[in-house]
Amino acid sequence: MGDDIKKPDKSTIIVHSGDMDKIYSALIVSNGALSMGMEASIFFTFWGLQRLQTGGLEKGPLSKMHFLGLGKWMIKGRMKKANVASLERLLNDFRELGGKVIACEMTMEIMGIDKKDLNQDIIDEYGAVGTYVNEARDSKITLFI
Amino acid sequence: MVDLKIDVTGETCPVPLVELRKALRKVSPGEIVEVVGTHQASKKEIPMAVEALGSELVDVEEKDGVWKIKIRK
Repeated sequence: MGDDIKKPDKSTIIVHSGDMDKIYSALIVSNGALSMGMEASIFFTFWGLQRLQTGGLEKGPLSKMHFLGLGKWMIKGRMKKANVASLERLLNDFRELGGKVIACEMTMEIMGIDKKDLNQDIIDEYGAVGTYVNEARDSKITLFI
Repeated sequence: MVDLKIDVTGETCPVPLVELRKALRKVSPGEIVEVVGTHQASKKEIPMAVEALGSELVDVEEKDGVWKIKIRK
């Protein structure tokens, strides 16, 4: 017979980039997955780790057309006009709905980031590639952002 | 008849979906959640989420750009 309890579908995203628009994509998709009944986890590596630093969540540049900050300012203006939720709110909602934030220990070393530099309130777990593979192997949605 | 009302007027993706999910976690099975909003995409997507979550779509109405959706958990 086996176990009849069906585990919810999962979404796992690697956030390799620290760009603001990419963090938005990762959080919007993850929140969407959680809202539709899936589980979700986000694995922050390389430049993504900079967004987990204390006070660092909104600091990323635009991935394109950053124009020394002018592009980012313009996009933020449009977001305000459209009443887009802040990254802080999206991250809080993500965790409130059961989403997991995982920080990659190996790339922390490469980026010169120490645990004490990171905002401990938003990190659920530290891991390395094995953690990611375990999450991703039974995920229906896997993305590299 | 509505057990929990949530207002997401003016909110844009993904907030209406997220707030709906939070509301459905709060109520007990059989209770009714009413969501009011203006984001057009959410009017299509909330029924999708309701189906994915195994809840029941009770009613969808719209007036002057404001939609109202009732869901039974």
